[in-house]
Amino acid sequence: MKNNLFLLFLFFTSLGFAQDYFPINTEVKTSKNTTVVFENATIYVNPSEVIKKGSMVIKDGKVVAIGRSVKAPAGAKKVDLSGKTVYPSFIDIYSDFGIKKPARTRGGRSPQYDAQRKGYYWNDHIRPETDPTTSFKFDTKKAKQLVNAGFGVVNTHMHDGIVRGNGMLVSLNTASNDAFRMINNRSAQYLSFSKSVKSRQNYPTSRMGAMALLRQMYLDADWYAQGNAKNKDLSLEALNANKNLVQIFDAGSHLDVVRADKVGDEFGIQYTIVGSGLEYERVADIKATGATMIVPINFRKAYDVSNPMLTEQISVNDMRRWNQEPSNLAVLAKNGIEFALTIHDLKSVAAFHKNLKKAIKYGLDKTKALEALTTIPAKILGETTIGNLNVGSHANFIVTSGDIFDSKTTLYENWVQGDRHVVNDMNIKDINGTYTFNTNGKDFELTVSGKGAKQRGSLKSGGKTVKSKFAFKDNWVHLTINDGGQFARIVAQMSPNGMSGQLYANDGSTTNWMATMKKDSKKAAKKKSTKQTTPTVLPVSFPNIGMGNFVQPKQQTILIKNTTVWTSEADGILENTDVLLKDGKIAKIGKNLKARRALVIDGKGKHLTAGIIDEHSHIATSAVNESGHNSTAEVTIEDVVNPDDINIYRNLAGGVTSIQILHGSANPIGGRSAIIKLKWGENADNLIYKNSPKFIKFALGENVKQSNWGDNQTIRFPQTRMGVEQVYKDYFQRAKEYEALKTSGKPFRKDIELETLSEILKKERFISCHSYVQSEINMLMKVAESFDFNINTFTHILEGYKVADKMAKHGVGGSTFSDWWAYKYEVKDAIPFNAAIMKEAGVTVAINSDDREMSRRLNQEAAKTIKYGGVSELEAWKMVTINPAKLLHIDDRTGSIKVGKDADVVLWSGHPMSIYSKAEKTIIDGTVYFDVEEDKKKRAALKKEKAQLVKMMLNEKLNGGKVQAPRRKMLKQFTCETEGTIIN
Amino acid sequence: MKKLFIYNLIFFFSLGSIIAQQTPAPKQSQDIVIVGATAHLGNGEVIENSLIYFKDGKLSTIAKAQLVKMDTSGKRVIDATGKHVYPGFIALNASLGLSEIDAVRATRDFDEVGQMIPHIRSLIAYNAESQVVESMRPNGVLQGEIAPRGGTISGSASVMQFDAWNWEDAAIKVDHGIHMNWPGAFTRGRWWLGEDAGLRPDKNYPKRVQAIKDFFMKASQYLNGPKSTKNIPYEATAGLFNGAQKLFIHVEGTKEITDAINTAKSVGINDIVVVNGTGAEKVADLLVKNNIPVVIDRAHRIPDNIDDDYDLPFRNAKILMDAGIMVSIGMQGQMERMNTRNLPFYAGTYAAYGVPKEKAVQMITGNAAKILGIDSFTGTLEAGKDATLFISEGDALDMRSNIVTHAFIQGREVSLETHQTKLWKRYLKKVKSK
Repeated sequence: MKNNLFLLFLFFTSLGFAQDYFPINTEVKTSKNTTVVFENATIYVNPSEVIKKGSMVIKDGKVVAIGRSVKAPAGAKKVDLSGKTVYPSFIDIYSDFGIKKPARTRGGRSPQYDAQRKGYYWNDHIRPETDPTTSFKFDTKKAKQLVNAGFGVVNTHMHDGIVRGNGMLVSLNTASNDAFRMINNRSAQYLSFSKSVKSRQNYPTSRMGAMALLRQMYLDADWYAQGNAKNKDLSLEALNANKNLVQIFDAGSHLDVVRADKVGDEFGIQYTIVGSGLEYERVADIKATGATMIVPINFRKAYDVSNPMLTEQISVNDMRRWNQEPSNLAVLAKNGIEFALTIHDLKSVAAFHKNLKKAIKYGLDKTKALEALTTIPAKILGETTIGNLNVGSHANFIVTSGDIFDSKTTLYENWVQGDRHVVNDMNIKDINGTYTFNTNGKDFELTVSGKGAKQRGSLKSGGKTVKSKFAFKDNWVHLTINDGGQFARIVAQMSPNGMSGQLYANDGSTTNWMATMKKDSKKAAKKKSTKQTTPTVLPVSFPNIGMGNFVQPKQQTILIKNTTVWTSEADGILENTDVLLKDGKIAKIGKNLKARRALVIDGKGKHLTAGIIDEHSHIATSAVNESGHNSTAEVTIEDVVNPDDINIYRNLAGGVTSIQILHGSANPIGGRSAIIKLKWGENADNLIYKNSPKFIKFALGENVKQSNWGDNQTIRFPQTRMGVEQVYKDYFQRAKEYEALKTSGKPFRKDIELETLSEILKKERFISCHSYVQSEINMLMKVAESFDFNINTFTHILEGYKVADKMAKHGVGGSTFSDWWAYKYEVKDAIPFNAAIMKEAGVTVAINSDDREMSRRLNQEAAKTIKYGGVSELEAWKMVTINPAKLLHIDDRTGSIKVGKDADVVLWSGHPMSIYSKAEKTIIDGTVYFDVEEDKKKRAALKKEKAQLVKMMLNEKLNGGKVQAPRRKMLKQFTCETEGTIIN
Repeated sequence: MKKLFIYNLIFFFSLGSIIAQQTPAPKQSQDIVIVGATAHLGNGEVIENSLIYFKDGKLSTIAKAQLVKMDTSGKRVIDATGKHVYPGFIALNASLGLSEIDAVRATRDFDEVGQMIPHIRSLIAYNAESQVVESMRPNGVLQGEIAPRGGTISGSASVMQFDAWNWEDAAIKVDHGIHMNWPGAFTRGRWWLGEDAGLRPDKNYPKRVQAIKDFFMKASQYLNGPKSTKNIPYEATAGLFNGAQKLFIHVEGTKEITDAINTAKSVGINDIVVVNGTGAEKVADLLVKNNIPVVIDRAHRIPDNIDDDYDLPFRNAKILMDAGIMVSIGMQGQMERMNTRNLPFYAGTYAAYGVPKEKAVQMITGNAAKILGIDSFTGTLEAGKDATLFISEGDALDMRSNIVTHAFIQGREVSLETHQTKLWKRYLKKVKSK
């Protein structure tokens, strides 16, 4: 029924879509004249080529001629488009049109580790074999909405899985059928970081797991292509077959855009990347990917800030985004980033034009906007016959009353493949104006306003409103008047000076009726405030949150005078000493130092130390655990470093300069670490140490055997400490054999996981192992020794004191909590004297946090070793500076105040381990990243900015703008046991 | 010793913690004089070079040493020159002894089923021999309020001292207060049902408040009536109406705090303590006018909101004190039982961020005792009060110098050995012998 109604809506269709080589058994075979010529229009052949008063001829759904003086072929139907503008119809390059996402597969409570499909890739979330045509069903209702918005073609695919298979390019011609609508059924290949809902297979559980999986998949595809596999793998075959297609990656946040691009680059693939609409927050990083972007145009509503108690909960980041995101497209264009638009995440297609106009108001160039809807998507897909009106292209175009981006413009028609779809009837006259008439000796004034079929009239007499009903249908005026019980009905048509027709009075009499249009009243009726105010866009900070930097701090020459220097070296503590920082290094230590153009800081009464190093942190990352397998050596935290985490700033305020972001403890063999400096405001890449020492997290105990994961997690090997040993033996043996095969010159399947493990065997990568009880600590040392390498660090190592002698002999360091215990059974014997005993035994000891709160007070945690076990102050301080530096193999660069080392120092208000002391300046590579005085200024500026944003939002609401309920940004706490991925 | 340890390990979970930890000290038999220490009285005052004399478990003299002439024959004299003496620190809103190992369900005894359960008493589940409890003493934390968790009205709390054979011996004030969790006025949309995930006033909030009000009204009516059929929950609230018990309301948000106080007062409950109290400074007048103190959270936490000052939690005490509110520190939070021994350092951190040091000491001694209603006999170093105090090598609010050499509870010198110190000594010896 709905379809029938819709067909009525179509004024005419040019011909039945009979495929010309198909037999016909119902009638004689006919062909109809399909040639139409459009004349006198302003025609955009493409966004930058405009023909004024041009003509265009279309035939059989294609453009056959276009230009200023085109001869209409004999017999062509002529359409006069004087005063009208013609554009190529729009393309939505990233759509799920007609392809329904399947329902999520439900299953038992027990986790699923293996793939459920056979003959395909080992991971169910890799589905390159997905063929969109098998699930495509043309959605007429949605097509109508899209056509009304100006779209002629959509590029759709199954939005499910990490690799999603092909997409298809479909025209939205509702009068046709799929045989003609399908322009390309292998338009591109699609990828994302999200798992398929069709399978419950556990791996990957994190962003970094998805990245590792993609890498291994590309390696496996290559290996398969060389004919090395013994089995059939339809997924890899499809992947190889899709190799030359455009690869479109749905990434999202700016961090994920960079992550996707990184994976692509490693395999020589330049993805076209779907972003989030917030690219402006790190536009330089987006530009550096070199990717063409596909950007949504979905703007959030202002928050309802009328309740001050709730308003406090909204982060300035969310408030700013409301203000800033309409400028995203303008920022992309300004930075020379090529982008196409998509409306796939819009709840209603109708919002598209409103948002687009907003983006233009915020500075988006109109040509760029048009390109983003026509030529760029066509270019991405390698299609030459859509998005333009060149001869030979599809006759996909829209007819408008003028500039498509002007709010007064009407979109009349959208022609798709030569078929006309009427959006607003362009033959309806514009009768706006004021008309006067006299009836029964009384003067009336009729004012008509509005557009097209929606033109409305209001009637007045002697300045007072008269009850009336006005309609304008098929260019006929229908006016019913109720003037104090006196009824009259008027039916009229437009005349050169106004309207003329008949008046049907109360008594049934009919008289001729005329109304005269007031001079200039047409313009007056249309005249509206056209004053365009340029919107205020607040500046972006790095990261774009309350404590972000509007200007990145610069490296300086800094001279700190007359201070107490804790060297963390053999010199111990130097009183009344000067330290010069230059070119990012510690340049001089001494008395009465001088330096030109240096920032001189009076350090009198203060203490200068090396920056604190946290051996065990989980801040500044978007994921911690990849728990889908019992070994995940293939994943790396470096893939998911999150430079936007406020905890970076909070840690700086606690004097921390370097951290190791460790993988969690969900599995015996975890992922690789990221060792970073807390350079607040920089991007992820700039945080990570250059030539970083290679680390990997291992874990023992209750977490890896899933003891506290609930009663359903009982099938993954290992479930006991006995099994843990065998996991290690198995993997190291395999790594050993892998390495042997690799060096033999015979063909081998490159395996990222085993590559990583063989780095350990080759002593190129170090293990930091989460550990609690003595039995397993001892075991891992023995396993390592049997494979001829050493464990580098036992982290947590709460029963280290019980095997401290063995640790010293093995040469492993211990990085422990100061005083945590009793939170699970395996820490029942954890004692705060652990650090002191391990130190006594000759183990290199560090104090770590594993906690975003404790990490900002590691100076206090170090002080606890003085209380518990009587460690000397100098030694205690080393446990958070040079000792963790040694454990991380960065002690040649940082961790102490020594000439030549990185200028990573902290100026404390007093004794660094006093509970009453505060970090006043935290300096990394000679750049001040935290300054207690700057912090005060930031607070004041933030308060001011929030007040400004509240004012703007109140205005928005009072002016009738739509608002949304306040929301509070919750930060997930990351510990060893955290699952999943944070999406910014 | 070693045998005992292994025995302990084997039986710890099968039989519960049946192995006595440190044997509770016997009654004070000899008079004790501590001389030369800096005495922090717990009321904001400090006496340098003090003399502290106690006998039969009670403090007798606290004064400047020069001003006292005392015959010390027959008395035990402790020279504490250069050291510091403090009243035993008091942990509020703690759950010590109600769970031993957080992850082992069998040991968790702090949260009972039910919403309005004032009759549930923390007292009887308190494990006087908990290894976690004994680890408090070497840090100067000698007394605490043991409170149940969960539900709307969680149950009755009692005050314990931390050197006892059993809960009866441990209790220094039984069922002194009832703990209640006030509902939040705002809720988040159920996004999984397609609702906007934003915050909005919770439609059920007035209903929840009314339910609390109804409960207390009915309890009050019952208590004033014939009580022909006993109602155990209502009976348990009697002290709230006659002033014998305080109502500890866990509440955050200015609207909620205001509603909580007004509701309690409207049903005739006037002795109120606010716990957590985020935003309390904005309704300080209401709190001050009604003599309502606030038990704030531990200092060692991260700010609630992304945009908050990094040190906002650290300044919490100072902010409320500046508004004229009486403040002490509660223990609720992550790993709260084992972390309770860090109470001195929470106070120290509050001191680092604006609270004068002696006021910081007062928060966890004098103020805490007042809040619990035990200030008549403990909480400060004043004549006539319990000799519950400790000697520290230095400033007890600082990790470096919180080195407790002696601790007394009711005049009894308590052991500073713990499960942890025993392991320390045993394994240090092993390491040193190599």
